[in-house]
Amino acid sequence: MASLKELAAREPKLSPGHRACAGCIPALAFHQVLRSAPGYVVAGCATGCMEVVTTIFPYTAWNIPFIHNAFENSAATISGVEAAYQVLKRKGKVTKDIKFIAFGGDGGTYDIGLQSLSGAMERGHNMLYVCYDNEAYMNTGIQRSSATPFAADTKTAPVGKVHKGKKQYPKKLTEIIIAHDVAYAAQASPSHWRDLNRKVEKALSIEGPAFINVLAPCPPGWRFPSDMGLEMARLAVETCFWPLYEFENGKRKLTYKPKEKLPISEWTKHQGRFRHLHQEENKHLLEQAQQEVDRRWNELLALCGESA
Amino acid sequence: MPTIMGLSGNEAVAHAMRQINPDVVAAYPITPQTELMHQFAEFHADGLVDTELVLTESEHSAMSATVGAAAAGARAMTATSANGLALMWEIVYIAASLRLPIVMPVINRALSGPINIHCDHSDTMGCRDSGWIQIFSENCQEAYDNALMAVKISEHKNILLPTMITLDGFILSHTLERVELLDDDVVKKFVGDYHPEHALLDVDHPITVGPLDLQDYYFEHKRQQIHAMTQVFPVIEQVAGEFAKLSGRRYGLIEEYRLDDAERAIILMGSSVGTAKDVVDDLRDAGEKVGLIKIRVYRPFPYDAIRAALKKLKAVAVLDRAVSFGTFGGPVYTDVRATLYGNGVNLPVINYIYGLGGRDIDKAQIKSAFDDLKNIVKSGRIGEELRFLGLRD
Repeated sequence: MASLKELAAREPKLSPGHRACAGCIPALAFHQVLRSAPGYVVAGCATGCMEVVTTIFPYTAWNIPFIHNAFENSAATISGVEAAYQVLKRKGKVTKDIKFIAFGGDGGTYDIGLQSLSGAMERGHNMLYVCYDNEAYMNTGIQRSSATPFAADTKTAPVGKVHKGKKQYPKKLTEIIIAHDVAYAAQASPSHWRDLNRKVEKALSIEGPAFINVLAPCPPGWRFPSDMGLEMARLAVETCFWPLYEFENGKRKLTYKPKEKLPISEWTKHQGRFRHLHQEENKHLLEQAQQEVDRRWNELLALCGESA
Repeated sequence: MPTIMGLSGNEAVAHAMRQINPDVVAAYPITPQTELMHQFAEFHADGLVDTELVLTESEHSAMSATVGAAAAGARAMTATSANGLALMWEIVYIAASLRLPIVMPVINRALSGPINIHCDHSDTMGCRDSGWIQIFSENCQEAYDNALMAVKISEHKNILLPTMITLDGFILSHTLERVELLDDDVVKKFVGDYHPEHALLDVDHPITVGPLDLQDYYFEHKRQQIHAMTQVFPVIEQVAGEFAKLSGRRYGLIEEYRLDDAERAIILMGSSVGTAKDVVDDLRDAGEKVGLIKIRVYRPFPYDAIRAALKKLKAVAVLDRAVSFGTFGGPVYTDVRATLYGNGVNLPVINYIYGLGGRDIDKAQIKSAFDDLKNIVKSGRIGEELRFLGLRD
């Protein structure tokens, strides 16, 4: 595993000067993933915030070969790039060892891009897919996605007099990918950078399809002060809303277990999208959210062979 | 020595692909394209090609993977029909805008709905404005020849645009015809080795493909695509010339059939051209001055060649195997009419929609179109501009 000093000394694959918002954790997540990848990498990204802020023509923040195709096909596009690599390497036209990373936001991954991702994982391309999950369609203006937490206030599932934000719980995407029996799958958070770094290194060292779901708090979308992004990521982990775990050789393993499981309210209270949950009349919603977090956490503990 | 075989259109194009030996082929089955990829998969299974075969979960991903492979620096192909092409539509435009020289056989089939698996041209017509070169095939031989030529046309440094070669679903895709295959090494030499100027896998020279392109550059990039389209005709003719030396078969943008002294003609594309040539021969035998214009290259539209051909005539009928709803005729008719206006060529032009959803067209129907033209020339009255052939009342 590369030391922090080694990581810091690496030539950045994504340069500064892109146009992400102040305090953007998705941008930080990209930096962390790309810094963790030594050697040659070709990257792709679905349409979304990070594609938009890094590639406004005639500028690019990418110091490595990069392709954006459309919203729903980052995985299929990198499948094609990786297939080209396999054949051109065989023919001796490409001599370098190259790794392939496809990025997508939660919209381009959980929702419209799920089919393309599923296809790529099933076909077994030697690639890493990284979902940067900021829990809504942030690029188009904070609409709910299937990754959006229960009761969150979004532009398409707003809090009104009758309806109180998103009605459903988020889709368990990491589990859906694990069901593909991929070579490697994990959940990570930029707040636990060492854990994230190790997971990327592992995903890229394993032959076959790999997937990492990275929580990526969004200051304007979640409505928290722009210097609190990493704290939001950390609290999501400490409340067990976003457990850090990995799947390898058919087994799930917790890679971080909070010493003391914090209540979900410790996470929601800082975010404008959950403000209503902290009003007396909506207390039941907060309780409901807590119950689901607990249920999922206990389920995961059992799957990982851990006790509560 | 060319090999003569009895091949369906699907098999003929699969053989072309075997000989081209593309680096990457992405495939998702759809009738009537399926047998093309079945045959190619057999070649792949037998080790006759070095291709990386990517068997995707949809046509959308097939085109997406083809775009990724082409951007990576590979010679990449896929194939589709009808709803598959419709599902690709978004990425079809992106492939053209990224200037990727992808070649895609489209086995023409009616678009849903209602669902129908048989031939018409509504699928290809749906993306006639997508920035792809579109070349139609009259028979299985042409489908094979067009596939080979398309690679050279698309990859020409002045062009770098994707090409659809089309063949009529079932009518050509599933019908055995006599097809002359060039020798493998002849094809290999003809298509040559592919060396793209920019490639994602050239990691020492990183490029950003598909960036966000706002008000300040998008328009200029579209202008470059428009310009590339204007460079296509000389390249098609140059490639056709090289191909003619190898095969003895020479192709133009259009084909004028018995048109020299003709007074009346019909314009059409695809497999019905063969039937129509028979009708022209019959009518010529009966002393009638009739001819035919086959459009081979539909995009870019060969307006100069068509205008020049029309100048000699007294009346013409355009046969469309697709509808353009809410306008005054089929897509080819609209294009042909547009070539005439303001160019000093003025003749009666009528439109027939025919063969939708695989409805047969026969010689009697085509003859009736020539008869209608005869009446128009005689009476000077055009009458109904939009007509139908083979439609039950």
